[in-house]
Amino acid sequence: MSLPFVLFFLLAFVAVAGALTLILAREPIHSALALILVMISLAVLYLLLGAEFIAGVQVIVYAGAIMVLFVFVIMLLNAGVEERTDFSKLATKYVGYPLAIFLIIEFAYWMARSTIGREIATGTAANTTSVSTEALSRMIFQSYLLPFEATSILILIAIIGALVLAKKGE
Amino acid sequence: MDFITQHAVLVVSLAKIAVLLFVVMTALAYLTWFERKVVARIQSRWGPYYVGAHGLLQPLADGVKFLFKEDVTPPAADKFVYVLAPFMSLALALTAIALIPFGPSNLLVLGQPVFVVANVGISLIFLFAITSIGVYGVALAGWSSNSKYPLLGGVRSSAQMISYEVSMTLSVVGVLLLAHSFGFSAIIENQRGSILNWHFIPQIVGFLCYLTAAVAETNRVPFDLPEAETELVAGFHTEYSSFKFAMFFMAEYANMITVSSLATILFFGGWLSPFPDSWTFQNFLPALFLLGTAAYCAFDTVVYMRGIARLQFAVVTMLAGGLGTACLGLAIFKPEFMPYVMGPFWFIAKLLVFMFFYVIVRGTLPRFRYDQLMSFGWKFLLPVSLANLVITAFVLIVRHG
Repeated sequence: MSLPFVLFFLLAFVAVAGALTLILAREPIHSALALILVMISLAVLYLLLGAEFIAGVQVIVYAGAIMVLFVFVIMLLNAGVEERTDFSKLATKYVGYPLAIFLIIEFAYWMARSTIGREIATGTAANTTSVSTEALSRMIFQSYLLPFEATSILILIAIIGALVLAKKGE
Repeated sequence: MDFITQHAVLVVSLAKIAVLLFVVMTALAYLTWFERKVVARIQSRWGPYYVGAHGLLQPLADGVKFLFKEDVTPPAADKFVYVLAPFMSLALALTAIALIPFGPSNLLVLGQPVFVVANVGISLIFLFAITSIGVYGVALAGWSSNSKYPLLGGVRSSAQMISYEVSMTLSVVGVLLLAHSFGFSAIIENQRGSILNWHFIPQIVGFLCYLTAAVAETNRVPFDLPEAETELVAGFHTEYSSFKFAMFFMAEYANMITVSSLATILFFGGWLSPFPDSWTFQNFLPALFLLGTAAYCAFDTVVYMRGIARLQFAVVTMLAGGLGTACLGLAIFKPEFMPYVMGPFWFIAKLLVFMFFYVIVRGTLPRFRYDQLMSFGWKFLLPVSLANLVITAFVLIVRHG
């Protein structure tokens, strides 16, 4: 077994365990920490795929900025332990579990049918070369400039909208 | 021997990590000594004086004291997160140092660069990724203590660190535009020549923004609101004692080293010499510096020191003198090995200047008010670094088309 292979399963295990903790933990901060763990192990998985830039940006943006805001808000509001009512327990039992099982079966089915999964597993996938930061920026700022800028403007509008909504009370 | 050559990456990396860890830990301990001495001088005091000559063994005594103090965990604390927070702070602070090149990257041992632990192509992105997670240590420490002052300190510091991180990241983009690279080696090579080629000349505005944001990012005076004694006792680490407190302390100093190294690399040529390569006299500077220190210490030993302190200072004198003689011998008889000495020499010299700046700022400036801090970050620092970025890009396009 090669080192990347071992690392992949280790990180995949950490990511799945983190995701489970995220859902099962009752303390909001613990859930947030678990989500950070998931994001960081995803970043290392990107590294294994040779996408250094994406890995770095994944950590900076998700773990370093967005989740800091989450933790900040949880701390500021002093959110207590998650409550479990009779109704929420029933909903978990009769809606949550069946849907989760359905989702897993669906994933398994499509992964088994798709050719990409088999190609990756057998190592015959076409594009296994790593993408350099330069190639990535060429794609963003030349080939896909319009969608990129449109998304940027959309995000800017969302930020301004949030500001306007937050100011309404004054 | 076979094993070593086959697993060169592993063996050399582990050796580098061990050496770097030892050096950084010692440096952290002696930075506290340095800071206390300089602040004491600013305030007309002596500072640490009794443990060892000139208080030189004080860091050791402090370390032992921290180790043997009772480790109190507040009963209402969230145990897991409470223990995790200081580990996270220190681990991330030390990980960041692994990316710093302390000397030329083309000097190899077994095919591996000697002076940097992790030689990645986009070091700057990785460094920012690691420092951006650093805020969790502080925030979680404040939250998990389950106490009012730490919580307020934690909230304040997360707000402050997020705010200043934006300006800090933006202020260095100008340098990236000049160097066309995210890698530290390429950024340093772009400044080769002499002091006139260093990035701080075209990027003086970016440098000043970076310096301000870096002081805020490390939670130091005048931006040390998270641990303002007069308002919040000790802020996020109020409830921490014994070695966990020491870990926060070490993390703060390690972060100071990281941001100062980054300033050195991005704006002051990293391990490059300020003189042109043709000025060969610079090979004698390390020897001159060390022998000067030795001479000063010798004078002190003979004239001022008494008793056990005299013995201790004699050891310091001999160490400095021995190293100085070794550097002198190397410069005269084996000049081809000088790059191994000169790189770290210049890097550490520049680093020390930044540390000195940090300490002087701490000794002389009063603390900001919290609202001043926030409005300074968002309404002044951010627009200025943004304007710097736009103007740099504009000038580069006009000059190079």
